[in-house]
Amino acid sequence: MATASATQERAAELNVLSRKQRSLWGDALYRLFRNKAAVAGLIVIAMAFLVAIFAPFLAPFSPIEIPKNPASQMEPLWTGSKFTDPRYLLGTDFLGRDIVSRLIFASRISMVVGFVPTAIVFGLGVTVGVTAGFFGGWLDQLLMRFTDIVYAFPDFLFLLIIVASFRASPFGKLLDGLMLIFVAIAIVGWVGVARLTRGQVLALKEREFVEAARSVGATPRRIMAKHLLPNALAPLIVTAAFVVPNAMLGEATLSFLGVGIIPPTPSWGQMINEGFPLFSANPWAVLLPAICISVVMLSFTFVGDGLRDALDPRMKT
Amino acid sequence: MLKYTIRRLLLMIPTLFFVALITFALAKAAPGSPFDKNPDKPPKQEIVDRWNKFYGLDKPVPEQFVMYMSNVLHLDFGTSIRRQRPVSEILGQGFPVTAQLGAQALILALAVALPLGVISALKQNTMVDYGSLFFATVGTTIPSFVMAIFFIYIFALGLHLFPITGWGTPQHMVMPTVILALGAAAFLARITRASMLEAIRQDYVRTARSKGLREQVVIVGHVLKNAMIPVATVVGPAAAGLITGSFIIETFFSVPGIGREYVLSITALDYPVIMATTLLYAFFIVVANLSVDLVYGMLDPRIKVAK
Repeated sequence: MATASATQERAAELNVLSRKQRSLWGDALYRLFRNKAAVAGLIVIAMAFLVAIFAPFLAPFSPIEIPKNPASQMEPLWTGSKFTDPRYLLGTDFLGRDIVSRLIFASRISMVVGFVPTAIVFGLGVTVGVTAGFFGGWLDQLLMRFTDIVYAFPDFLFLLIIVASFRASPFGKLLDGLMLIFVAIAIVGWVGVARLTRGQVLALKEREFVEAARSVGATPRRIMAKHLLPNALAPLIVTAAFVVPNAMLGEATLSFLGVGIIPPTPSWGQMINEGFPLFSANPWAVLLPAICISVVMLSFTFVGDGLRDALDPRMKT
Repeated sequence: MLKYTIRRLLLMIPTLFFVALITFALAKAAPGSPFDKNPDKPPKQEIVDRWNKFYGLDKPVPEQFVMYMSNVLHLDFGTSIRRQRPVSEILGQGFPVTAQLGAQALILALAVALPLGVISALKQNTMVDYGSLFFATVGTTIPSFVMAIFFIYIFALGLHLFPITGWGTPQHMVMPTVILALGAAAFLARITRASMLEAIRQDYVRTARSKGLREQVVIVGHVLKNAMIPVATVVGPAAAGLITGSFIIETFFSVPGIGREYVLSITALDYPVIMATTLLYAFFIVVANLSVDLVYGMLDPRIKVAK
């Protein structure tokens, strides 16, 4: 008898249908959380978010105010040099401002620049891409010609020209220059998303489930929203995971070149720009923001790679 | 094939025209003038007027654009406002430097990426593979100027192996070349690995093995030959990326190429230089994209270019 029940148990184990059922998205989530690098990336991003939100409570000093009588530029405590001060864990910058506080506040810029332009890019890109792909016609032609031009423009050059042109205007000074960076990144970025969405829609609209929907009298709007978009979603999510760090990279590079965030508001790229002339004297004022950029960007790449593998295992390379 | 090539070459013209138009419009929309860089000491109005006349800035904007474009057709790119010298002369001096930097970086990138990609595909899921994947991820993710900071800290400030800035001697060229190559190498290694893995699983490879060919012959003659097709097609964009990516590296290391000139003229609103450099960059990208499509058709007869 014992062997019989053991056999039954074994059979139940093997029975795939008795496995707890997961939805398509649940399955993807499960695969994502099994990817250690992606989970580590998610944790870092979540922490960066918390730091950005609670910056005023975490920062020991003001990131902007210059101390009354700053001593010479301080080095981080662990260097053990005579230019250290126990109040300044990571030292001070060339104006005597606390680097910990500046790094903490700078994370706000990176997080906001990562997500706001991405939202605009996707709102615009997906709308135009779905419409162009579904209806074709002049909108489609216009989109394709426009992408040809934008593709001939090196991304960053385009970004640089837009920002440099409008930096001195009143609009360029809104929100310490953030507004212009948002708009510039969105203008440069939406075309790629539109083209990707259009390609997805073109491939999907010939499929049988769309024909079936059409044959039962679904309106074009319903087909787009209920049939095309959900099926095109996976590659779009993966793209988003790479658009976000790209936007951060754009801001960091602009600020590094001195045409990004307007000082004294700190951003990591701008801290590198300000600290670089004194790099050999106090390398940590430059290395620390460089490390912050690297860690956050790597985290996004890990999450992006994880998402790609999780959402479409066939794409795995 | 010839018809397709000609059609594509003709399509380059409107693309470059619109790139010029957008750049011109943006440069014109910029507030401020290239002549009042020092707000404390604004130049006399009569001097500004004379300058405006010299650069043709007293005419209406559309007329300026038409004039500029017709000059460009005669390969006259105007005079730099910042440096008071013909733009063609400035670009002529900077271009060999940028081209050398780009060519060195491309050769280095290929020399690293191809073996790395091939080996990691042949030893899939081993430590070698994970190591090269990690290199590829880091190389494509970390921005070049951030990478440059780490390199300077280690190799210039720490080990005193290379000078930080400048150009001319081989020691000066090592760091800019390596950092510029890194991104491209990582990208190419990724593509090489993926396309090797794809080729290894093909039926013709199984056929070759079943005929009893030696593994070496199968890998070199069948797998490698086919896996190189997608790689060859991305070398063009990678090269274009190197040329445009060089302006951050050139600015960082004070390399006297056209990239650094570009960044300097952008902050000075020196738009004759901005226009000419943008057009040059756009031209490279368009040519790179076109060459990809043509090379693809030649390497892989399964793909039909003409439609």
